[in-house]
This record gives sequence, structure tokens and C-alpha cells, in this order.
Amino acid sequence: MSTRVDPQPITEDRPTVQIGRSIPRLESLEKVTGETEYIHHLRLPHMLYGKIFRSSVAHGRILKLDTRAARELPGVAAVITGADVCALIPEPYYGPAFHDQPVLAIDKVRYVGEPVAVALSEDPHLAEHAANLIEAEYEELPAVFDEVEAAAATDTFVHDALKPAGTFPDLKHLQGRTKTNVALDFSLRHNDAERGFEQADYIFEHVFRTPAAIHAAMEPIVAVGEPRGSSAVTIHTSSQSPSFVRTEVARLLGWPENHVRVRTAFLGGGFGAKLYIKLEALVAVLALLVKRPVKIALTMEEQFYTITKHATTVRMKSGVTKAGKVVARRCEAWWNGGAYADIGPRVTQKSGFTAAGPYDIENVSLDSYAVYTNLPPAGAFRGFGIPQLVWAYESHTDIIARELELDPLEFRRANILRNGRPQATGTIMRDTATVEVLDTLERAMDWKAPRDPGDGNVRRGRGVAIGFKACIAPTTSVAIVNIYGDGSCAVYCGTVDMGQGSDTAMAQIAAEVLGLDPRAISVIHPDTDVTPYDMATLGSRSTFHMGNAVRLAALDAREKLFIMAGKALGCDPGLLSAAGGCVRAPDGRQLSVGEVIKSGFLMQAGNLIGSGSFRPTYTSPSHGDGQSSDITPFWMVGAVGADVEVDMETGHVRVTRLVSVADVGTVINPAIVTRQLNGGAVMQLGLTMSEALRFDHGQVTNASLADYKIPGILDVPAEIFAEAAPGCQHSGPFGAKGAGETGTFAVSPAIANAIHDATGVRIYDLPLTPEVVYRALRAAQHNPLENEL
Amino acid sequence: MSALRQIAFTLNGRAVTADVAPHHTLVEVLQEQFALYGARESCAQGLCGCCTAIVDGRAVSGCLYLAAFADGADVVTIEGLADRNHLDPVQEAFISCNAFQCGFCTSGFILMTRQLLEQNPDPTDDEIRHYLSGNLCRCGTYPDIINAVHAAAATLHKE
Repeated sequence: MSTRVDPQPITEDRPTVQIGRSIPRLESLEKVTGETEYIHHLRLPHMLYGKIFRSSVAHGRILKLDTRAARELPGVAAVITGADVCALIPEPYYGPAFHDQPVLAIDKVRYVGEPVAVALSEDPHLAEHAANLIEAEYEELPAVFDEVEAAAATDTFVHDALKPAGTFPDLKHLQGRTKTNVALDFSLRHNDAERGFEQADYIFEHVFRTPAAIHAAMEPIVAVGEPRGSSAVTIHTSSQSPSFVRTEVARLLGWPENHVRVRTAFLGGGFGAKLYIKLEALVAVLALLVKRPVKIALTMEEQFYTITKHATTVRMKSGVTKAGKVVARRCEAWWNGGAYADIGPRVTQKSGFTAAGPYDIENVSLDSYAVYTNLPPAGAFRGFGIPQLVWAYESHTDIIARELELDPLEFRRANILRNGRPQATGTIMRDTATVEVLDTLERAMDWKAPRDPGDGNVRRGRGVAIGFKACIAPTTSVAIVNIYGDGSCAVYCGTVDMGQGSDTAMAQIAAEVLGLDPRAISVIHPDTDVTPYDMATLGSRSTFHMGNAVRLAALDAREKLFIMAGKALGCDPGLLSAAGGCVRAPDGRQLSVGEVIKSGFLMQAGNLIGSGSFRPTYTSPSHGDGQSSDITPFWMVGAVGADVEVDMETGHVRVTRLVSVADVGTVINPAIVTRQLNGGAVMQLGLTMSEALRFDHGQVTNASLADYKIPGILDVPAEIFAEAAPGCQHSGPFGAKGAGETGTFAVSPAIANAIHDATGVRIYDLPLTPEVVYRALRAAQHNPLENEL
Repeated sequence: MSALRQIAFTLNGRAVTADVAPHHTLVEVLQEQFALYGARESCAQGLCGCCTAIVDGRAVSGCLYLAAFADGADVVTIEGLADRNHLDPVQEAFISCNAFQCGFCTSGFILMTRQLLEQNPDPTDDEIRHYLSGNLCRCGTYPDIINAVHAAAATLHKE
């Protein structure tokens, strides 16, 4: 196995054939004919459907759980409660960062919608009817909902004690901490912010907020547990992290990992909702308890009670000199994590250390708090906390530029963090096209061209914003490339294709190395009995990590192919090349890959197997000051320019142009990358303009797509485009890096900055609904509307 | 829970029968009794279009449309549009314009586009947007879907 653990430059020195080609997705035909495999469709013989009975209180002790009527309903196979789960697993608490979430509620419930029991039947309608017959009595306890209040609470706590999972060394200090709702407090100190403020000529301070939101993947979360005797289980799941599911379910059951098989198919969207454990532990337990396959398919409504995007409160303070240089910045971020930590503590830290923005600021102080509340759990959401922070620091940065009467784009360029300079963690920035991104955006927007500001009821404005993100580290990807007896080829990798086009990108990378047509390569979907380990499909890590692993696996397979071909051609393997589906000798003689295999195995038989493993280097931030010399394998940069029209009579904002520019390194497949960037921008447009979970005492009051507005085709700006800035990530496969989240970073502040440009009114809280904008307009006219929101 | 009743209808050009309860939806019957998965339930409220099927020439939300109503009807699903060797021009256009990502909503968009182009062979951007406003794509591939509709319209003109 070839292993590479250090990010050495590995870009090929010859021109590439398959890299940079917009070939159609490998699965195009299936997707337009309705034949794509999703776990949503899976039905197994003798399968039961489970329907979940959920908590109706935000915080309470379970006094009584009456399942009798449900159990006695004809056609109901079983009703399972937390007590049944405990009979199989004495400590049934799971989670990637904290072992705090029960498979089904035990003794207490901590949010409205928490799973308490499951009714099982062959008929999903009957299972639902039975779930509705279950009754629970609770002793209600005081609840906390606001992240800042919960962090400061002295008598209301969501959990009795913190239970870090132990997999992350930097969480160990939290073990056993009691009387707190702060699951993680991360701090970073870079030089001396207080001294920086003293040197500044101006001080700016603002507070920004974002609401909870949901992913709303069109394929709702689904999983099927299938028992294999009493000591093994298969889980079919719409998961972004099959390797993690296997590890965690095996841990819960006390089994070796090879007794748990986890497989996925294509996902109908993921966006972070389908990470870590969602339904998988539950369906595995149910299947083992009733000894039959069990499927739970959430409804769209249930997704609102399962996983959300963190609501945040972010306080920003900057010190700026008369020359327009930001010399100090202090940020405090409170992340509303809901009742269970999920991956919230990682969001708090991994995004927290970028909270000062992509700027070269001498003195930085950051504090980031993961806070438990009695709301549905918050976790990963496309961007992993970055869009919330960019909302704060790019609104704040724009306010500074405009108050100092500096051009907003020039002000950013003057302060931008450049290659060779230390980011706030102390890590020196490399291969990061911050300047190129701003330059490209300036050109794409024709920034300096005169504009029509509008008049009367319609005012026009333009805004920009830029954000950046570190890639999660340290993580591992392993891949196998298998050449079959006829010369056809498959890539085995754990990357989940949820619409981002990873199958196609991985095939292009393998094809480039092996001289094959990528469309002739099949990509085996994640199955932990078949495909090797991959940390997860998240955080824009796959193109870089799995792309490197696939490239190494293909090189390994090619080396074996060349040795075999060298014997057949009587030629030094080191002189051979691979192109057009053939292995070529310098004298022009060539054999097809299939002919090479036949020459080696004497018939159409055998395999040539290459493997590759990739894990970049990493240095954990030191506790206390958050400093690290190697915080990330690469940085992503995304900037957005927006043109808006504001209706001054209604507060309605129309985004007329949305331009995204990103540093994605070398582009493997331009068509797919463009769609990822534009798609991210459209998704974030929804989170900017309309999307917010509304709560009444912890109860979600808009848990449907009728009441929670995601962007439709009418909401897409007339002009929308995305462009990759020139860049190369030398440690990436052929110079590539991630692109899945970059389009989301800067959309929200670019639009708010454009609204300010149009109207002179600044909005500090998302989303920018007509009501919010209109109230802000009226307040600015010293004629505020009555009736608070 | 309820008594089953046999219905007979035409499914993608073939005469079929199905045993349905009053509460069974069309999308359930297509999946459970005919193993057709191109129409899929997502929002369950008729808002997203993922479950679109064509009943007697009209697009319906298969998650709300009761299967019993399909008795005697002509039902067409994405699977009935073309065979693998011969795609419909709309399907071809969705591929050539890269007009999908995760693909979960794609069947619905393709069926609605076919219906749009039957009614309006040369729609403007605005007409496309209004016609497809009942279909949701969380991947945000809308700009490419608009391009695909134009591309399909151009191909159909040539034919």
C-alpha cells in the first residue's frame, strides 16, 4: 500500500487529459430516467416500518409511558421504548463529540420532538396510527432556549454532566464538568487584542445573529436495519459517514467493527444533515430486538426535529487606524447547539478559529462557545459554521469601510491575509488565492462601473463579501483501484455521492493516472464490507483527501500493470506510459489494458489491485491560546458580489445579480464545480432571505415546506454565475481542493451590504425578510412600526 | 386498516390492475406494486414536485393523489418517457445542460418540462420560472434547469 502522510507537492509535470474536462456525471442516465438507487426506495422481505413517538415538552422527566393501546392494535409487531433499548445496550448514548444522545429517551426528554418510543408494523400507516396511540406523562422542568442566556444560566441545565466521547484529545478537559450548558469553550489569543485597541484610532463594535435553519434534503433521512443472526447487523442508510456509523454502532453493541456492515447508495442531498449517527443506531437496535429488518424513513416534518443549523450570536469588535488598517479584532461567538452536542463542539472550534475573517490582523482574540439548549440538536450544515461567522465579520467589515468612507472592496484588499503571512492560529497561509479571488470578483462585477442607485420607491445597491474556511483535520481517506480481467476498472471509495459529483471526479482522477476513459470506470458506493475507510463526506474534504487516496491507489495499480506489461512487451516498466486505454512502449508498440491482464493471468482472469491511503499532517491548537503551526491541510476562499433592488414601500428585496468567485485550486470538472458553487449560493440565498425555524416554548411552529420557505426557481436571480479564481493547491490531487461549501460563505453579508448601499440601512439579524427590512427602513426614518417581531 | 379494492388503469402504455386501500396514494402504489421509484415522496404536501406523475395528460402530486382516483386513467411516469437507448429530448437536454445534482427532484422537473413544452413550445425565462415554480431543487440547480428547458425546446423545434 502506498501511504503518504505529508502534503508534498504531487502535481503531475505533464499536461493532463482528463483533469479540467466537463464530462457529464457518470450516473446521468439513471438520474434522468428515474432509476437512481436511493435508500429511500429500499424494501426488504419481512421488513417492518417504524414510526417514532416524540416528546411534546422541551424539558421534562418521563413519569409514565403508556404503550398498551399501541401494542394491542392489530397488525402492530412491537412498540419499543428506552427501557427495551437498555436491555440490549446498557449505556445507549451516542455522538461524535459527546456520548450524550440516547437511542430513545431514558428518564428525561430534552427537546420537543425527541424520540421517545417506536411503533413497528408491516404497514407504515398502521405504525403511524399506533405511534399516535402512545401516551406519555412528563414532569415539566424549566427550559433554556437562547444561546447567550443558556451559557450564563446558573440553575437550569440541559445535562447533569458533560460526557465527551474521548475521541478528541482537546475535549478531554471537559470530562465530568457539571452545572454548565457550555459544552465547549474554545479560545484563541494572537498577540494582544487589548493593546491593539489602544493603538487604534477608531473602535467598532456590533452584535450579529443568525437563526436556526434546516437542511431540507429532498430525500429525507432514512435508514434500514437488517439483522444477520444475533451477532451481526447490516445498516442501509442515507448516510454521509458510513465508516463512522460502523464504528459507533459497533461501540454501542460492544461488537468488533466487522460485525457491523454499513452501506449507502446515492443520496438525495445531504448538506450535513446525514452525518454521524441519525437513525442508524435506532434501526440497528430495533432490528436486533424484533429480529426483522426495520425501516425508518423520516417525513419532511420530522427532519425539523432531527438536526438543524446552529443559531448564533456573534459579537465583533475591531480597532482600526486612520490609514484604514485593522490592528485588533475581538470576536465572541455563541453557538446554539440544542439538546445534544452532535458535532457542535467541532463547529465551535474548527470554525471558531477563523472568526476574525481572512484578514491580516496583528492582534486577535476569539472566544467560541458551544451551548446546550432545549431545542432540536444542531450539527453540521454546509459550511460548518462559516456562513454564520462570515455574516458577522463581513457585515462588520462593511460597516467599518463605509463609516470610514473607504471603498468596501479596496478596504478588504488592503487588509486581506496573503500567502506567507500567519493566520490568527499562527499557521502560515499557503496556496490560498485570497487576492486573486478579490481581483476576479472586482472584474466579474465590473465593480468600479457607474451604477444606477434608483429613486423613489426602488433603490438599487451593490455589496461584496469574502469568507474563508479551514478544512477539517486530521482525517484519513483510503481507496482501492481494481483492474478486472477484461481491463475494465472500478474505484472503491467511501466518499458518498449526494449530488456533489464525487463519483465523476474520482473516476476522472483514476482515469488520468491509468490512461482510461473516466466514463468506463465504475465507482463502487460505500459499503464498509467492501470499500475501505473514509472519515466522512463533509467539509469539502473529499476531492482533496479521497482524491489524493484515489490518485495514489491508481498509481499503485499502474505500477503493477506496467510490471506485467513490461514482461509481455519485453520492455523496462519504467519506460512505459498509459494512454487511450493502452499501455505503450517507447517504440510505439502497445497492448490494451485487457491484453496486459490476459498476458499475465493467461486468460481473462485475476485482478490488479492498487491501494492508497492519505492523511495530511496536522498540529492540534494548544489549549488556551489556540495557536498551531499546522491547523489545516488547505484553505478555501469564497467571495460574493450582489446587486439588489429594495422596494422602499414594502421592504421587499430582489437580488438581481449574484456572482460567486472561489478558490478551489485546479478544477477537476468545471461544469460540476460551477453547479456546486451556484448551488451553494442558491441554498445560502434561502438562508439569507427567508429561512428560519420559529419556536414557541421549544416547539417548532413552521415544520413544513409550506411554512418554511426554501428557494424556488422564482427566487433565483436573473443573473447568477460562478467563477473559479486562478489557484493551485500543490498538495491536492492535480492541484485540486474542495468546492462543496465555498459558494455559501459570503452570500448573506454581500446581500445585506448591498441593501445598506441601496438604502443606508443596516440589518444585523438574518433572515432579511420583507418585514425585517421594512421595520429597519421605518426605524431609520424615526418612525418605527409598532408590534415587535 | 381498510378494505382493498381493485383498480385498473394504463401505466406507461400497459394495462394493469392494483389492489388499493382508500388512503393509498399514487406514489405508494407505483413503488410498492410496480417497483417504479422515479416518483418519490419528499415534502408530502404537494409542494416540491418530487412525486410528479402524469394522470390523463395532467401532472399531479403523487403523494396527495389517491391511487383510487387513477381507476380507468392513463398514468405516465418518468420510466415511461423513453427507453435507455432512446431518451426523450427533455432528458437529453437535462444531461447536456448538467441540470441536476442529487437527482431526487429530477423526474418531477423533467415531467413538468415536457408538459410545459407541449403547451408552450417556445417559453421565455419568465414563463419557465412560473411553470416550474411548484418544483423544488434543494441543490439549487435552477439556472441550469432553465437552460435545459430552452435546449429541449430548440431540439423539439428541429424535430
